[in-house]
Amino acid sequence: MAAIKDLQQQLELVDHTPGADKGRELSGCYIGDLLSWVMAHAFSGCVWITIMSNINVAAVASLTDAACVIMAEGVEPDPELLKRAERDGICIFTSPLPVYDIAVKVHEIL
Amino acid sequence: MEKIHLQYNVDGDDLTLAGEASSDVRRVLRQLGFDAETIRRAAICMYEGEINMVIHAYGGVIDVYIDPDSIEIIMADTGPGIADVEKAWQEGYTTASQTARDLGFGAGMGLPNMKRYSDFIDIETELGKGTTVKMIIKINS
Repeated sequence: MAAIKDLQQQLELVDHTPGADKGRELSGCYIGDLLSWVMAHAFSGCVWITIMSNINVAAVASLTDAACVIMAEGVEPDPELLKRAERDGICIFTSPLPVYDIAVKVHEIL
Repeated sequence: MEKIHLQYNVDGDDLTLAGEASSDVRRVLRQLGFDAETIRRAAICMYEGEINMVIHAYGGVIDVYIDPDSIEIIMADTGPGIADVEKAWQEGYTTASQTARDLGFGAGMGLPNMKRYSDFIDIETELGKGTTVKMIIKINS
């Protein structure tokens, strides 16, 4: 089983929440941008890949108990999101890669 | 365990605060030792309702009653009411603004998610007066 830190290293992810714990093990991967959809389908311990970057991402990640969030395609997180993520201990990463490329690599790592 | 009552005022202007009440209920349920699936269901129902209150109804008041057998969530607003409740139950139907959609809401999954993850849901709505949604989540159901 891979942990968040393995994903971070192998995908060369940019860490926007240095204070958040990276030791948690990952249970799988979920991809989506419509927050209500993600809310219903993301699962505990998942890596959530999205292009959404507003503060509500923190609430959805927290309520679904996702392990970490990867913002793909060079999207930058809003400062308000990072503040909330730091407070709630949510890992937020970014990557310049397209969603598909990230998903393929996540599959290899998991 | 005695019945616990939590109450939250939801600010209607601020989508950035939406989810705070849901997060707090999740924290309380965790502290009380409820199982993960029950917490997840309650969190989804709460969050969808909270978002609806913010994007459609200028906010409102949420009461949550927790006892060992069930979690009851009552969300009351004095917003515009729901014009067509039958349509609102359908997945994909939405009247959300472009602003809300740009933030990732308005997928038309709000009420369907609340129905799916609760054991009982009832909506009372009157145009121009407001809407009250009552949900019950039974434990280990």
